[in-house]
Amino acid sequence: MDPVIELDGLEVRFGGRPILKKLKASLTGRSIGLLGPNGAGKSTLLNTLLGFHRPSAGTARVLGHDVRTHAREVRGLIGYMPENDAFIASMSGVRFVRLMAELAGLPPEQALERAHEAFFYVGLGEVRYRALGTYSLGMKQSAKLAQAIAHGPRLLFLDEPTNGLDPPQRARMIQLIQEIRDRGDLSLILSSHLLRDVEECCDQVLILKDGNIAAYCNLEEERRANRRFLELETRADSNGCFLEALERLGCQTAQGAQGRIKLVLPEGLEVRRLYAVAAEQEVQIRRLSHKRDSLEDIFLKAMETPDGRL
Amino acid sequence: MAVYKKTYRPYAGALTASWRRFLVIPRYAFEDLHRSRFLTIFFLASLIYPLIAALIIYIEHNVDALKLLNVDSAARLIGIDSGFFLSFLGWQSMLALFLAAFIGPGQVSPDLANNALSLYLARPFSRAEYVLGKSSVLLVLMSLMTWVPGLLLFALEGYLEGPDWMTQHARIAAGLFLGAWVWILVLALLALALSAWVKWKPAAGGLLFGLFFVAAGFGGAINTVEATKWGHLLNISTLIGTVWVRLFEGDQPISEGGAFFRSIRGEEIPVWACWAALLALCLACLYLLARKIRGAEVVR
Repeated sequence: MDPVIELDGLEVRFGGRPILKKLKASLTGRSIGLLGPNGAGKSTLLNTLLGFHRPSAGTARVLGHDVRTHAREVRGLIGYMPENDAFIASMSGVRFVRLMAELAGLPPEQALERAHEAFFYVGLGEVRYRALGTYSLGMKQSAKLAQAIAHGPRLLFLDEPTNGLDPPQRARMIQLIQEIRDRGDLSLILSSHLLRDVEECCDQVLILKDGNIAAYCNLEEERRANRRFLELETRADSNGCFLEALERLGCQTAQGAQGRIKLVLPEGLEVRRLYAVAAEQEVQIRRLSHKRDSLEDIFLKAMETPDGRL
Repeated sequence: MAVYKKTYRPYAGALTASWRRFLVIPRYAFEDLHRSRFLTIFFLASLIYPLIAALIIYIEHNVDALKLLNVDSAARLIGIDSGFFLSFLGWQSMLALFLAAFIGPGQVSPDLANNALSLYLARPFSRAEYVLGKSSVLLVLMSLMTWVPGLLLFALEGYLEGPDWMTQHARIAAGLFLGAWVWILVLALLALALSAWVKWKPAAGGLLFGLFFVAAGFGGAINTVEATKWGHLLNISTLIGTVWVRLFEGDQPISEGGAFFRSIRGEEIPVWACWAALLALCLACLYLLARKIRGAEVVR
């Protein structure tokens, strides 16, 4: 698969201070999460890819175009939803999105049609003629998404798209992002400090810390690996015989307090076999769960490295 | 696709030529300005003086009309010469200043106040195109107030006087065109730079007037205290007036400039100094715009 973004020793400095430190990576996923604590360089990376900041060393390529030499072509491929409020307060929503689509190169009639479509798509169809300044925070976020997709980009940059949204609005925003992702017409980069957003929307994750790449991994592969990692909760206080039986099946086990067991299933062993063994050992399994906090583990591990360097 | 089919779809149609995308900005701006009744009336009112000037030129060449009005000596009172056109340009340029103060700040400051610049510049659209698009609104409107009616008046006078007059006074036409453009460029850059700097429309408009009138007063104070004439370098109207006189009348000026834009007799500053001061002002405005018109603000 062709890389969506290639970072080739990318370095960005502000006033002599390095913000991004010689980043090197090739991001190939259809939906890539950009994670990191505040100040890690996530927004700076997006802004550099958009051509807002000039790299002080190295370069980056977006869908094969160099951001140093072909910034205009790069921006023609991208839809950008910024983190902060970004609109013209006195303009109606649909007129603003039409303006942005025209600036992206759409003819006026096409831009108007797609502005209406985008507004209906993000759920703001009924308020599209209202001035943007009167929108609620959630509506403004949706309007920002509408302007980012109206011109049909090949790559979508979403910078903290769920910022300030209440739970139902957040769920709606995540659903929209998932729908866009699943259509497969474009790739998306989602920058967030919320692990849940990235976990729900992305198949790859790039973790930044102090301007360095702290981790880059495929979440789908991690999830697949974690399907073999189980947590059991049994009724018995002591599970000695049950653990021995599980180890005989090839499981790696670790006993916790109050009847809790962590285990890694060997390849080819079905989960239902555990229930059979438990019945043989007269152990009652009260709860069985797959390990779910994989991204959190990856993130915490990445944050433990002293300078964020892998 | 109908709008009720709520789904995302990529765009595969034709794109507009990239060189003319900056024209999108003035098109939207003119739609907004057209909605303002005050600005429409102001703009139409600004054409009253050119109409009166056209009437004067017509009457001056129509003896029957003068006899009808019983003012046949008026032809000798109002001469259609460089002073007539300088006065015309002065009045119209003052109105252009008001226009720039009203609509100039509204071009950039709303985009900066609401962080919309990141959205403009995240598209295949450069900072230069943004400034060009925004300033073109002012350039077009101020042109329609200054050199366009000025050249029409010149053509009317030439038509009534004959082609020889046009050839002999070609310098007036060139002065009208170039002189108006000097003022328009200075005003447009000032209006955009100030609105980018203060990000608040009323303050930017006030600052434009302040720079024009307060700086002139400050320059006058410097002249009085230091017993010099170089304080006039802070007086934009004197700078423009001096440049206009040179453009209209060459090396042997016979007037001091037009209405509102004139140099003070005995305190004239060299033309090269006026050009240099205006150039420095424009460069300062461009620097300010380059600092402020950015997709992302850098916090160092």
